[in-house]
Amino acid sequence: METGKTKVISVLVENKPGVLHGVSNLFRRRNFNIESITVGPSENKDIARMTITVNGDEKTLEQVVKQLAKLIDVLKVEELEQGNFVMRELALIKVNAPTPKERSDIINCVEVFRGRIIDVSTDSLTIEITGTPDKMDAFLNLMKNTGVIELARTGITALARGAKSVRIDE
Amino acid sequence: MTKMTGAKALLESLERQNVDVIFGILGGAILPVYDALCGNEKIRHILSRHEQGAAHAAEGYARASGRVGVCMATSGPGATNLVTGIANAYMDSSPIVALTGQVPSTGINTSYMIGRDAFQEADIIGITTAITKANYQPRTIAEIPTIVNNAFYISSTGRQGPVLIDLPKNIQSETAEVEFTNKIDARGYKPAVEPDLAKISEAANLLAEAEKPIILSGGGVISSNASDEIMQMSDLLMAPVATTFMGKGSFPEGHPLSVGSIGMHGNPAANRLISESDTLLAVGTRFSDRATANLDTFCPCAKKIHIDIDAAEIGKNIEVDVPIIGDAKTSMKILRTALAKKLHKNQSSTWTKRVKEAKDQLSPLLREMPKDLVPKALLMELRKLLPENTIVTTEVGQNQMWSALYFKALKPRSFISSGGLGTMGFGFPAALGAKVACPDRPVVDIAGDGSFIMTEQELASSVAEKIPVTIIVLNNSVLGMVAQWQRMLYKHRYMAVNLGKTPDFVKLAEAYGAQGLRATSIEEFQKAVKTALKSEVTTVIDVPIGSEEDVVPFVPPGCGLPQQRGDY
Repeated sequence: METGKTKVISVLVENKPGVLHGVSNLFRRRNFNIESITVGPSENKDIARMTITVNGDEKTLEQVVKQLAKLIDVLKVEELEQGNFVMRELALIKVNAPTPKERSDIINCVEVFRGRIIDVSTDSLTIEITGTPDKMDAFLNLMKNTGVIELARTGITALARGAKSVRIDE
Repeated sequence: MTKMTGAKALLESLERQNVDVIFGILGGAILPVYDALCGNEKIRHILSRHEQGAAHAAEGYARASGRVGVCMATSGPGATNLVTGIANAYMDSSPIVALTGQVPSTGINTSYMIGRDAFQEADIIGITTAITKANYQPRTIAEIPTIVNNAFYISSTGRQGPVLIDLPKNIQSETAEVEFTNKIDARGYKPAVEPDLAKISEAANLLAEAEKPIILSGGGVISSNASDEIMQMSDLLMAPVATTFMGKGSFPEGHPLSVGSIGMHGNPAANRLISESDTLLAVGTRFSDRATANLDTFCPCAKKIHIDIDAAEIGKNIEVDVPIIGDAKTSMKILRTALAKKLHKNQSSTWTKRVKEAKDQLSPLLREMPKDLVPKALLMELRKLLPENTIVTTEVGQNQMWSALYFKALKPRSFISSGGLGTMGFGFPAALGAKVACPDRPVVDIAGDGSFIMTEQELASSVAEKIPVTIIVLNNSVLGMVAQWQRMLYKHRYMAVNLGKTPDFVKLAEAYGAQGLRATSIEEFQKAVKTALKSEVTTVIDVPIGSEEDVVPFVPPGCGLPQQRGDY
């Protein structure tokens, strides 16, 4: 929908019920466009970390950060600086693999992409692959011809590099 | 630690916040709290006749007094009926706390429980997430004191706004050990921001160099009680002061440097002068679309300084040259000190002359009272009839915009209207709340017939609870503002705007045990207002006016403030 840049925001929130609703509701209500959102525990058990990828122009992104910061249960919001963070996404992909030839082709691809086969049946393989969204897209492109039966992508999670951290110091 | 019910813990927590009145209506899921209210001498309960009325009354109370207003309702429809009032308070940044009953969170009867679509269950937490600063649903009795502390603290600090507490019935009725503290548990909430001194200094530099400065005073000035600081700044700079609609009353409109409100139906002098200014000092305003009109032509020549307590308002609607995040009062004090040191030259008298000229030319005073009952004359006359300390509320629509244009507000917290949400039916219940907060001051609701009908049932509450206010119904028998839009923008194609001559507002008032009067001339109007002000019961004054009366001046949608049409 948007044509602006994609940015990654790291958000520390209270680890309690209703917080995800508050955040997702804010995006809907303010007409912000979420590309992905991942949530899980952080280094502190009372705090959850959300990694949100948003798409929009500078002004929109500034509003996203400011409006998020206003939510009572949001403890810290920081935009991860372009090129100065690491990000990963996990995908599980179930593909058609009815013949030995297809299987071996797929396995070769998986090795090149450093993925793993985590389940095998007579007609299909399930692959686990981790990486940046670009890598995911490249791999999925290769799997197109084989036929993807099911795909589950987690959306990206990210941390700032090295000494730079987004955390709450007690 | 004391053993008590959740309902008792709630009331004690409210008392610790100095709550002296709750506007509400009861129902099944809030019965334990009402039971605990029996015999309570510190908290007065005012029985509204519809929950929307309770919420607006709480807001009227808050805006007149500066203290948090409290409303209460049962679960389900009681709670959802509060929603319009909560949304209104959210848009106008008014501090209210809404208490709602909820079906039990646990219990023996597992079908009467949260999440089972129980009788009168509504997900009011989900529903109000986007229209509250915070909302809470205690799951243990022990957490009630902290939640109440949080609610009042969050509601009344920073950019003020509504907070809701949803109380499962079992939490109200069961007993537990409770400890009362002043503890607040909201570490993610940081409302106090000290203004950045470097930005203050930049702002002072701009203002010191300004030839044609103008101050735009918004609702935030009233919330922060910063009217004196606006006055001092205006004195120092000899700068005219325009207000937003929400800021009306933050600067006395009789003052020579007051130019009225800007906006779609703004004062032409304000709209013109803000467009001519070279430096804008905007305080406590969010630059709403109704205030700025088309942003491309808003204040085109000016360097802009924006002071607001909400960082998210900076740069949201307009780009500014100097952003200052901070409380209006604190920031204005510091700015004034910084500016006083830098201000060496005498302030330009050309600009003050221009201000006077623009006012004389564009918003002249009425030379003589017209024979007919026209809104402009009525409202100018009303100002003369009402004591200075009167609190005026308005409904929404033409009555509201006429009031904005022609009724001069002289003091902060004395003009209370639904600005952001534009809620018809707001004014009358808000007037009741204001009267409860300030029983010694006259309170008048300037209404239209369309709006008044929306919450007219509160007449019952006002009579039963002995809260006398005056409602002036500018009765044009149409939904006037939309009729005006149909006339001006839809080629006179009227649809669904005609209200007929019903009801008879005099008889309606009398049916409720209130006083009903009708005024068909200025003399009758004067007499009726005087009678109403002396009355011990609420008075409805029905004032028939022409149904084709427009509110002008008017900035058509899409146009900028300088393209205002029609004479003041």
